[in-house]
Amino acid sequence: MALDQAHLDYPQRRYGMDHDRYTWSMLTDRPALHWPGGKTLAVWVNVSLQHFPMNPSAKLKLPGSMTMPYPDLRHFTLRDYGNRVGIYRLLRAFDQFGIRPSFAINAELALRYPALAATILARGDEWLGHSWSMDTPHVGGLDIDAERALVQRSLTTLRELSGQAVRGWLSPGKLQSPNTPELLKAEGIEYCADWVNDELPYRFHTQAGDLWNLPLATEIEDRFVVMDNLHAEASWAEQVIDAFELLLAESRSQGGRLLTLSLHPWVMGQPHRIKHLEAVLAHISASSEVWQAAPGKIIDAFAAQQGVPA
Amino acid sequence: MRADAGHYDYWPYLNRPKIRWPKGARLAFWVAPNIEFYELAPPANPARAAWPHPYPAVPGYSIRDYGNRVGHMRQMALLDKYGVRGSISLSAALCTHHPEIIQMCRERDWEFFSHGIYNTRYTYGMSEAQERSMILESIETIAKHTGRAPVGYLAPALSHSEVTVDLFAELGGIYSCDLFHDDQPTPLRVRGGQRFVSVPYSLELNDTIAYVVNKVEPRRYGQMIKDSFDRLYAEGAESGTVMCIPTHNYQVSCPHRLKAFEDALAYITGHSEVWVTTGREIAEHYLAQHHDEALADIALKNGGV
Repeated sequence: MALDQAHLDYPQRRYGMDHDRYTWSMLTDRPALHWPGGKTLAVWVNVSLQHFPMNPSAKLKLPGSMTMPYPDLRHFTLRDYGNRVGIYRLLRAFDQFGIRPSFAINAELALRYPALAATILARGDEWLGHSWSMDTPHVGGLDIDAERALVQRSLTTLRELSGQAVRGWLSPGKLQSPNTPELLKAEGIEYCADWVNDELPYRFHTQAGDLWNLPLATEIEDRFVVMDNLHAEASWAEQVIDAFELLLAESRSQGGRLLTLSLHPWVMGQPHRIKHLEAVLAHISASSEVWQAAPGKIIDAFAAQQGVPA
Repeated sequence: MRADAGHYDYWPYLNRPKIRWPKGARLAFWVAPNIEFYELAPPANPARAAWPHPYPAVPGYSIRDYGNRVGHMRQMALLDKYGVRGSISLSAALCTHHPEIIQMCRERDWEFFSHGIYNTRYTYGMSEAQERSMILESIETIAKHTGRAPVGYLAPALSHSEVTVDLFAELGGIYSCDLFHDDQPTPLRVRGGQRFVSVPYSLELNDTIAYVVNKVEPRRYGQMIKDSFDRLYAEGAESGTVMCIPTHNYQVSCPHRLKAFEDALAYITGHSEVWVTTGREIAEHYLAQHHDEALADIALKNGGV
C-alpha cells in the first residue's frame, strides 16, 4: 500500500500563495485606511434577493435549495415568502434606522417580480449581479461558454432593468468555477464578493485584467448562523454586535476597518426574527464613527487611497 | 485492523500517583494555535476529499486563508496580552509560504510542533516509508526555519495510520497530541520502546470542533472553556491536571468570536495556581518527574507487581 509519489511532491510550495490569484498580505501590514468624513468603521449591508426554482436541475444544490422530493412546496413557498413578505419587513427596518443596503439580485427574480424590482429600484440603492437563479451555480465543471452566457444574460437583464452599471457581483453560494473571475471581468464587473479571506478589498488577478475582491463575510451571515449553525436569532444579533464592537475598537487604533453583513429576506424577514435584525441596525446606526455605505462607494474610497483606479 | 489504539493500558483516573506541577500549580494550561496551510489544488487522497466543492473550492479555501491574513494577528495580540506563549501546531509548508508568521512567533519564544506538511495532505494510504519521510521532512523543515527541532506531533488534519505514533517516537519526538483518552499526561507504548507521552490536547474544546462540527454559539464556547477550567482546577488540587485550548485563526479570531475567547483567557489567567506553559514543557516535566512512577502504577493496576 502506498500513495502515488505526487502525494509527497509539493510543486506550489513557495513564498506567498499556492496560486496566482492574489498577493499574500497580512491585514495589519497595510497602510492605515481613512474612510470619508473621518469615520473609522465602514459598514456594508447586502441583501440577497433570490429565486429558488421548484424544479432545480443543477447537480450542485446551493444552500436554501429544494431538499424534498418534487414538488417541494414547503421550501419553494418558504423561499418565495422572503420575496413577498420578508423583504418588506427588511426595507421598513432599513428605513427606520437610515441604513442604505445593496441588493444582490438573481436576474430571473427581477424579471419574475417587476413590482419588487421597481420597489428596489425606486430606493436608489446599488444592485449587484447574483447570477440567474439559485439553480445556476458557478462551479468547477461548468462549460465556459455556458458560463459566459449565464454571466452575460444575468448582467444584461439587471443593467436593462436598473439602468445602473452593475459593477459588483456575488456568486450564489460564493462558489466559482476556474473561469468565473475572467468572465466577470470581461463583462465589466469591477468587484466581486466571493472570496472571504480578508476584511478589506484587495486586487484579484484574472487573465482579463484585475478585479477587486470585496469579501462579504459568511461567518456572520444570517443564513449561515441561523440555518446552518442553528443558533438562536438573539445569538446572531449578539454575534454581529460583538463583531461590530471589535472591529470598531480596532479601527480606532489601526485604521479603517469594514464590517459586512449579508442578509436574506427568507431568513431574517420572518416575524420572529425581524426584531433581532432591528436591534443590530439600531446598534449600528447609533454610532457616530460609522460610514454605512454601498459597496461601490466603499471600493471607490478604497481605490482612491491605493492609487488604483476603481 | 486493530480493535484498540494499542498505545496505553486502562488506568483509572482516581488514586494515581500525584502529579506536581512547577511552583505548586494545580493545572498546566496551554494554548495550541493551529497555524495551517491548505492547498487550493492538492492531489486527491483516495480516502478523504480535501474540499466539498470541485476546484476551486472558494468557500473552504478562502476562510482558511483568512486565518493567516487576518486572524493570526488578532489571536497573537490576545495571547500576548494574557501572557500565553502559543504552542503552534504547524503545517511545515507555512515556513515557506508565510515566513513572517514564523518570525513573529519565534520572537515570542513560542513552541512549534509538527502538524505535517500541509493540512490538505492526509496520511491515509501512505506506506510506512512514505509517512516516515513526510514526518521527517516536517521535522527537518521546522528545525531549519525555527532553530529547534519539534518534539510534539499532531497528525495533519488528524489523519493517522496504525504506526503514526510509533514513527514520531522513532524520529526523536517525545509527545503526541493525537489521543484524547485522558485529562493528564500518560505514558504511551510505542513499538521502539522510547519514553514517549501523550499530552492532553482537547477535541471538545478545539474551536473548529466546537464551531464547525458541534455548531456552538461563541458565548457558549467561552462558557464551556470556563466550566472546563473550573472542574480541572478543582481536581488539580488532588493531582495536577492539564487543560489545552486548541485554536484556529480562521475560527476563534473572527470578530464575532474573539470576545468570548478573550473572556475565557482572562478568567483562566486570573487564577493563581495555574502553570501557563507549552506542550513541550508539560511533556518534559512529566517525563522527568512522573513518567516512570506512572508506568509502575499502571502495571500494578493491571495485575502486575
